[in-house]
Amino acid sequence: MNTDFFILMKSELSLLFIIFLLLFIKVWGGIKNNTTLLHFTNVLLLINLVLGFFWNVKGELFSGMYFTNDAISLEKSILNFGTLIISLQAFDWLKTHKHLLEFYILLLNTLLGMFFMISGGNFLIFYLGLELASIPLASLVNFDLEKRKSSEAAMKLILSSAFASGIMLFGISMLYGTTGSVAFAELPKLISGGSLQMLSLIFIFSGFAFKLSAAPFHFWTADVYEGAPVSVTSFLSVISKAATVFVFISVLSPLFINFQNSWYLILFLTIVLTITLGNLFAMRQNNFKRFLAFSSIAQVGYILLGLSSGTTMGTTASIYFLIVYIFSNLGAFGVVALVSSETGKENITDYKGFYKTNPVYSWVIVLSMFSLAGIPPTAGFFGKMFLITSGASKGNYILIVFAALNMVVSLYYYLRVVKAIFIEENETPITKLVGSVPLKLGLIICVIGIIITGFTSGLYQYIMACFKF
Amino acid sequence: MTNLSLLILLPLLTALAVLFCRDNKQIRLTALVGSLFQLIVSSSILFSYFGERAAGNNSQMLFEARYTWYEAFNIEYYVGIDGISIAMIMLTSIIVIAGILISWNVEKLPKEFFFLLLLLSVGAYGFFISLDLFTLFFFLEFAVIPKFLLIGIWGSGKKEYSSMKLALMLMGGSALVLVGILATYFNTDIGNSIHTFDILKISQQHISIEAQRIIFPLLFIGFGVFTALFPFHTWAPDGHSSAPTAASMFLAGISMKLGGYGCLRVATYLMPEAAHEYSWLIVLLATIAIIYGSFATLMQKDLKYMNAYSSVSHCGFVLLGIGMLTKTAITGAVIQMVSHGLMTALFFGAIGMIYERAHTRQIDQLGGLLKVIPFLGVVYVIAGLCSLGLPGLSGFVAEMTVFVGSWQRPELLNRVATILACASIVVTAVYILRAAGKTVMGPITNEHFLHLKDAAWNEKFASILLIVAILAIGITPFWFIDLISADTQIIIENLTRGIVSK
Repeated sequence: MNTDFFILMKSELSLLFIIFLLLFIKVWGGIKNNTTLLHFTNVLLLINLVLGFFWNVKGELFSGMYFTNDAISLEKSILNFGTLIISLQAFDWLKTHKHLLEFYILLLNTLLGMFFMISGGNFLIFYLGLELASIPLASLVNFDLEKRKSSEAAMKLILSSAFASGIMLFGISMLYGTTGSVAFAELPKLISGGSLQMLSLIFIFSGFAFKLSAAPFHFWTADVYEGAPVSVTSFLSVISKAATVFVFISVLSPLFINFQNSWYLILFLTIVLTITLGNLFAMRQNNFKRFLAFSSIAQVGYILLGLSSGTTMGTTASIYFLIVYIFSNLGAFGVVALVSSETGKENITDYKGFYKTNPVYSWVIVLSMFSLAGIPPTAGFFGKMFLITSGASKGNYILIVFAALNMVVSLYYYLRVVKAIFIEENETPITKLVGSVPLKLGLIICVIGIIITGFTSGLYQYIMACFKF
Repeated sequence: MTNLSLLILLPLLTALAVLFCRDNKQIRLTALVGSLFQLIVSSSILFSYFGERAAGNNSQMLFEARYTWYEAFNIEYYVGIDGISIAMIMLTSIIVIAGILISWNVEKLPKEFFFLLLLLSVGAYGFFISLDLFTLFFFLEFAVIPKFLLIGIWGSGKKEYSSMKLALMLMGGSALVLVGILATYFNTDIGNSIHTFDILKISQQHISIEAQRIIFPLLFIGFGVFTALFPFHTWAPDGHSSAPTAASMFLAGISMKLGGYGCLRVATYLMPEAAHEYSWLIVLLATIAIIYGSFATLMQKDLKYMNAYSSVSHCGFVLLGIGMLTKTAITGAVIQMVSHGLMTALFFGAIGMIYERAHTRQIDQLGGLLKVIPFLGVVYVIAGLCSLGLPGLSGFVAEMTVFVGSWQRPELLNRVATILACASIVVTAVYILRAAGKTVMGPITNEHFLHLKDAAWNEKFASILLIVAILAIGITPFWFIDLISADTQIIIENLTRGIVSK
C-alpha cells in the first residue's frame, strides 16, 4: 500500500472521512444547533465536490477489483454535485428535523455504495456497492418517521429491491458458472453467446432495469416517490438513476458485445414500453411527486435510447442529458420541497394561481418543466436532441418517430403544470413563500444550469474528452 | 449594421430590458423603441443587400456568419440571408411594431405580455436567418411556447383548450420536422463520413431518391402543420380566435409563415426529386384547404373565426404555389406569404380594435361602424379588399402570380386545381363583402355604439404602417419580385436538377 492508494480512492476516502466526522459529532453531541450543522455539512460536501476535480489519475487497486479513470472521476463528481444541491434544497425540511445527522450519514453511505458500484472491477465489488447503496436508501425513504405512507414506501422499496438484487445475483451466478470469472476485464472475451448466457443477460438487465425504473420493472417507483420525503425522492430520481446509468455504460454495454442484436432488441422493446407507460401514467397524476415519478420513467426511456446506439456519441449524450436532468428535475423538486414543507400541499391542483403569489418560484418550476419537456432554449432541448440524434445513428427511424412524437405527449402533461401555475384561477392559492438562503442558492444553480448548459458546448466537449480513452 | 445576429440579440435584449422596467409606461416605451430599432436594423440590412447585389455580389447568401457550436455533431450557428429571408424579416419587423402598438393598453401582467411577444419575435428572426438545420429547428420550437402562454393567459373564450391544442399540434409538427432533419443529416456525407446540418452543403449532396421519399413527407407535413396544411389546420381557427389581438397578429402574420418558409427552404429545396413526386399530393391538399377554408369562412358568425378560416384558405395559396414547382408559382407563394402576413395582421388588428370598443365580434350584432368610428371602419374595409384580391393591394399581386404560375403546369390535376383556386376568390368576395357590409355599413344596431371613440394615435400608427406596406407591394410589385427572383431561380434550378437526374 502506497500513496497511490490514497489518490486513487480519494473520492471514497473523503466521503468516508465525512461520514465518520458526522458520526463523531453525533456521539460527542457537541453541536446542537441544526442550522450550524447544516451549514457545516454543506461546506464539507462542497469541499468533497471540489476535491473530485483534482488529482484525477487512471489506475487500479486490489488486483483489478477497483479501478478508476477520467470518465469515472467525472461520474463521481456528477453524483457529488447532485447530492450537494439536494442537501442545499433539504435545508428547510431538515432545520427542524430531530435526526439530521442520521440523514446525512445514511445519505452519504448510499453515495459511497454508488461510488464502489461505479469503480468496481468485478461483479463482487459491484454487488457489494449495490447493496450498500440500496439498504440505507430504504431507511431514508422512511425518514418522515410519523407518516404511515413513508413506512409503506420504505417497505415496498426494500422488498422489491431485494427481489431485483436476487434476480441479478442469479444472473451473475449463471455467468460465473459458464465462464468461471467475475472480472469485467476478462468477461467479454469469455462470453461466447450460449443460451444460458443469454438468460443471464436478461436477468442482469432486469436487475438494472429495476434500479432505473424502466418498464416493466417500474411499479415500485410511483408509490415510493410519493411516500418518501421530497428530498429523498429527488435523490432517488436523480442520483440513484444517474449511478445506475453510469454502471450501465461502463459494465453492461461492453459485457454483452457478442449479443449485439438481441441486446438492441431488448433495449428497443424496453424503450418503447418505458416511454409509453411513463407518459400514459404521468398524464393522469395529480400528486406532484407521483407525476414527477412517472415523467422520470419516461425520461429513462430517452436515456436508454441514447445508450442503444452503443457509440461514444450515445454515451456522451446520455451523460450530458443526465447532468441536464439533474438541473431540471432538482429545479422542480426544490420548489416542491419548499411548498411541501411550508404548506403540506403536494397536488398539482394546489398550484393553481401560484404565479400570482410566487412569481419567481413559478418561473423556476416552469423553466424546469420546459427543460424536462425538451423545449428550447432550455438545456433539456439540447439533451433530448443529442439523445435522439445518437439514437438515430442506428437508422431505426420507427423508434425515432416514436420517440419524437412521445415528446409531444409528454409536453401535454408538462404544460398542464404550466397551465395550473399561470392560467388557472384559484381562490385559495399557496401563500407567499420565503425560502432559506441555501434553498435559493440550490435553485439558482439549477436555473443557471438550465439556461447556460445548452448554449455553451463546453460541457459537452469536456464529457466527450473524458470518455475518449 | 449588417451583422445578422443583431436581429436575434436586439429583441432578446429588449425582452430582458422589459423585465427590468418599473411601470407600465416604461414597459411599453422600451418595447416600442426596441421594435423600432428592429425595423431600422432590418431596413438597413435590406438596403445593404440591394447595395451588395448592385455591386455584383452573386453569392447565394449574403452577410454570412458561422461559428462552430457543437463540434461533435457538426452543429454550427450559421446565418445568412437571401432575398426571400429579407422579405420575411421585413414582414416580421413590421408586424412586431404593429403588434406592440395595438396592445398598448394591456392591463393584465403587461411585463410578461411584452416579454413573450418579443421572445416570439426572437424565434421568428432566428428561424428566417438560419442556414443550419439544427439552429433553424431550435428557433422553430423556440417560437411555440410563447404562443401557448400568450393565448393561455391573455386569451378569451375557450383559451385553455385552444392554447393546449395549438401547442401540441405545433409541437407534433416540429417532431416530424425533427425526424426529417435527422434523417437528412444521416444521409449526408461531406467526406470521412462526417454528416452536416448545413443547408447549402446539403443542397449539393445527392441524397438518394429512396431516402427523399421518406424524408420529404416528414419535413413537408411537419412544416405544413405550422402553415395550416389541410387536414392539420384545426389548431388555427381555435388558436386565432382565442388569442389576444397582438398574438393573433403574430400567429397569423409571422408564425404561419415559419411553416411556409420551411416548406420552401427546407423540404422543397433540399429534396427536389421527392418534391416532384409528391407535387400532386401537395396541390391536392392545398386545393382542398383553399376550397374548404373559404366555404368554412362563409358559415362563420364571429369576425375572428371568419378571419381564422380565411387564413387557412389563404395559406393554401402559399402551399399551392410551392406545390406547383414553377418559378412564377413559387415567387407567387413568397409574395403571398408576405402579403397574407400583412393583410391578416391588419385584419386581426382591426377586429381587435373593434372588439375592444363594441365588446362583440358577432357579425349580426355589429352595424354602421363607419358612421361612428370612420378610421377603424376604413381599415377594416381595406383589409377585406386586400383579402379578396383587389388590384392595387398586395393580395392581388400575390394571388395573380400564383395563378399564372400554376397555369404553366399543363397536367389535368393542376389545371383543375388552378381553376378551383381561382373560383374560390368569388367565395372570398362573398364573405368579405357580406361581413363588411353588415358591420361597417348599414344602420347602427346598438345605441351603445354611438359613443364609441375612434382609433387612438398608437392604433392609427399601427394600421397606417401595415396599410403602407400592403400598398407598397400592391402598387410597385416589381421591386419586390426583383428582390426574390434570383433566389427562387436558385430553388428552381435545384428542382430541375431533380427532373434531369430522374
